[in-house]
Amino acid sequence: MEKIRVENLTKIFGNHPEQALKRIAQGKSKSEIFAETKQTVGVHDASFTVNEGEILVIMGLSGSGKSTLVRCLNRLIEPTAGRVVINGVDVTALPEQELRAFRQQHLGMVFQNFALFPHRTVCENTEFGLEVQGVGPADRREKALRALEQVGLKGQEDQLPSQLSGGMQQRVGLARALALDPDIMLMDEAFSALDPLIRRDMQDELLDLQDRVQKTIVFISHDLDEAIKLGDRIVLMKDGAIVQEGTAEEILTNPANDYVARFVEDVDMSKVITAESVMKKALAMAYYPTDGPKTALRKMEKAGISSIFVRKERHLEGLVTAEDAALAAKRGDKNLDRIIQRNIVKVTLDTPAIDLFPLLGQMSYPVAVVGDDDRLKGVVVKGSLLAGIAASLQTEENDA
Amino acid sequence: MNAFKIPIGKAIEMLIDFFVDHFSFTTKAFSALTEHGIRMLVDAMMFFPAWLMVLFFSGLAWYLSRRRSIGIFALLGLGLIWNLGLWAPTVSTIALVLIATFFAVLIGLPLGILAALNRTINQIITPVLDFMQTMPAFVYLIPAIPFFGLGPVAAIFSTVIFSVPPAIRLTCLGIRQVPGELIEAADAFGCNRCQKLFKLQLPLAKQTIMAGVNQTIMLALSMVVIASMIGAKGLGGEVWKAIQRLQPGRGFEAGIGIVIVAIILDRIMQRFGSQTKAKDV
Repeated sequence: MEKIRVENLTKIFGNHPEQALKRIAQGKSKSEIFAETKQTVGVHDASFTVNEGEILVIMGLSGSGKSTLVRCLNRLIEPTAGRVVINGVDVTALPEQELRAFRQQHLGMVFQNFALFPHRTVCENTEFGLEVQGVGPADRREKALRALEQVGLKGQEDQLPSQLSGGMQQRVGLARALALDPDIMLMDEAFSALDPLIRRDMQDELLDLQDRVQKTIVFISHDLDEAIKLGDRIVLMKDGAIVQEGTAEEILTNPANDYVARFVEDVDMSKVITAESVMKKALAMAYYPTDGPKTALRKMEKAGISSIFVRKERHLEGLVTAEDAALAAKRGDKNLDRIIQRNIVKVTLDTPAIDLFPLLGQMSYPVAVVGDDDRLKGVVVKGSLLAGIAASLQTEENDA
Repeated sequence: MNAFKIPIGKAIEMLIDFFVDHFSFTTKAFSALTEHGIRMLVDAMMFFPAWLMVLFFSGLAWYLSRRRSIGIFALLGLGLIWNLGLWAPTVSTIALVLIATFFAVLIGLPLGILAALNRTINQIITPVLDFMQTMPAFVYLIPAIPFFGLGPVAAIFSTVIFSVPPAIRLTCLGIRQVPGELIEAADAFGCNRCQKLFKLQLPLAKQTIMAGVNQTIMLALSMVVIASMIGAKGLGGEVWKAIQRLQPGRGFEAGIGIVIVAIILDRIMQRFGSQTKAKDV
C-alpha cells in the first residue's frame, strides 16, 4: 500500500526561485543556473513513492540533495514546488499548527550527528516528543523506557548523552523517534557518523527492529553497501535529481545511465571487499606497559587465542605470542619488554581483501587493521577473510 | 563654524522636559515605591547585629559557591569592613546592587530573548546597546534627577541603564549559540516556538546568561559607586565624602570595602555558571 507519494518536488535555495525554475525548464545544469542566478538547486523535480512497511534508501554523493529531499518530506525545509502526500494528506498544504501535529503523530526523525539534547538524560531525551505532545509524566516515562528497551539501552536511562559512546547515542536518537510510535521514520545518514564495526551492528539491529515494528522507513545514505543491505528499494540521486529508482538488483544489473554505472562499478569485488568489511573485533588486548606476561597469558587463555595485540595508550604497539609469554612468565619478567614483537604487519581499513591473502599465508598470527590514527580497528584471520569473500561472491552471483 | 550650532543638546533637553512635565508623576510614584523597597531591604539587613550578618553572608557565600575558601574570604573581608566601621554603607551598597541587578535582569532577559528570536529587533537593539555602553556613565546621572529626584532611586535608574547591556547581549548570544541541528530536531518533533524556547534554548543558554548576569552585577557595583554623586549612599558615598574632604585614608578604606564586595559577588556568580556547566556536561 502506498504510504508516501512525492510529486515533482523541487527546492531552490535563494531569493529568486522563479529565475532558477525557468532555467531548469530550459534544461540547464545546476552549476550553470548557479553561475547565472546565484540560486542553488537543492532538489529538482523529484517524484517517487514509498510503500507501507518498506525501507526506501535515498542514495547519492554529498551535495546530491538527498538530505534536502528528506527534509522536504516533513517540511523542515519548505519545498519550492511540488507535493508531498503522506497517508493521503497533502503535507505541503498543511498550515503550521496542523503540520506540527502531523509531525508529532506520523514522522519520527533520526539525525546524522544524533542531535541529542545535552542537558537532558537519556530518558528525558527519549521522552521529548511525548512531552511536546503533552503526554503526562508517568505515561511518557513508561513509553520512553519501552522504546529504550527496544534499542537495547535498558538501564542507561539516567545517563547524560555525553556519557555514552557514538553508537549508544544513536540508539537514543532511534529510541527518541520510536517512543512516539510514528508510522514513518526519516533517517538522515543515521549511521554515517559511527565506526565501521558499530555501523554494521546498527544496520543489523535496524533490520531486526524493522521485522518487529514494521515502520515505513526513508533512509538517507551515501554508502552503496549500506543501501544494498537495508533498502527494499533504492532511489539514486545526482545534482538534485533522481537518476534511477528500483531494487538493488535492478540498479546493479541495469544501471540507467553512465553515472549510475560508475557508481555501482565500485561494487567490483576486489575493491568493495576491503579489510574493513572482513575484519572482526579483537577478542582481547593487552596494555603496555601495565600488563605483564602473566596478564597477557591469562587474557589469551580466556579468549582462546594464541597471540595477542598490545596497545600503548591509543595506538597499536605490537604483538605477543602465547609461547613467548609463557617463557617470560617462567623467567619472572615483570613486563612485556623482552617479548613484544613491534615489527608486525598492519593494514589500513581500505586495503583490498585480495591483498590480504598473501599476507595471511605467510603469517602465523592475525593481520591487524588500523585506522588513520594507528588505532586497532579490528583483526583479520583466515576464517573471517574467506567467509567475507564467500558472502560477497554469493551476492554477486545473485545480482548477475 | 559656530554660527549655527546643531541643537542636539537643546533637543534632548526639550525632550526630557516634555517627559518630566507629563510623566514625572508616574516616575515619582515609582520612585517613592522603590525607595520604600530599598529602605525595607536595608532595614531588614540592619535589624540584626552586624556580626551575625557577617556570619550569615559568609555562610551564604560558602553555600552558594560550594567552596570553603570563598566562605573564609567572605568572613575575613566582611569582618574587616565591620571593623573599619563601614558596615552600614556596605549594606546599603549591596541592597542597591541587588535591586539594580533585579531590574536589569527583569528588562534584559526578555529583551535578549526577543533579540535572539527576531532579526529586526536585534538590528534595532544592537546599535542602541552600543550607544548605551560607550556613553560615559556620568551622563546618565543628569536626567535621572528630574525624573526620580536626588537619592537612591535615581541612582538605581542610571545603574540599570548602565548595567543592562551585558544581560541583553549575553542572553541573545546564548540562545543563538544553540546548535542548529538541535533546533532542527526540536522542529522535527513538532515543537512550537514556546516549547523550543523553554525546553531547549533557555536551558542550553543558561551558562552564557549567568555570565551576563555576573557582568551586570559588576557593572552595577561600579555604577552604584559613581551614582553616589547624585545621592546614592553606601560605600560610594563614603568615597565621595572622602574626595570632598580630601581624606585619602578614608577614601581607600571605602575603596577596599568595594573591592571586597565585588570579589565576593563575582566568585559566587562564577561558581554558579560553572556549576550548571558541570551538571550539563
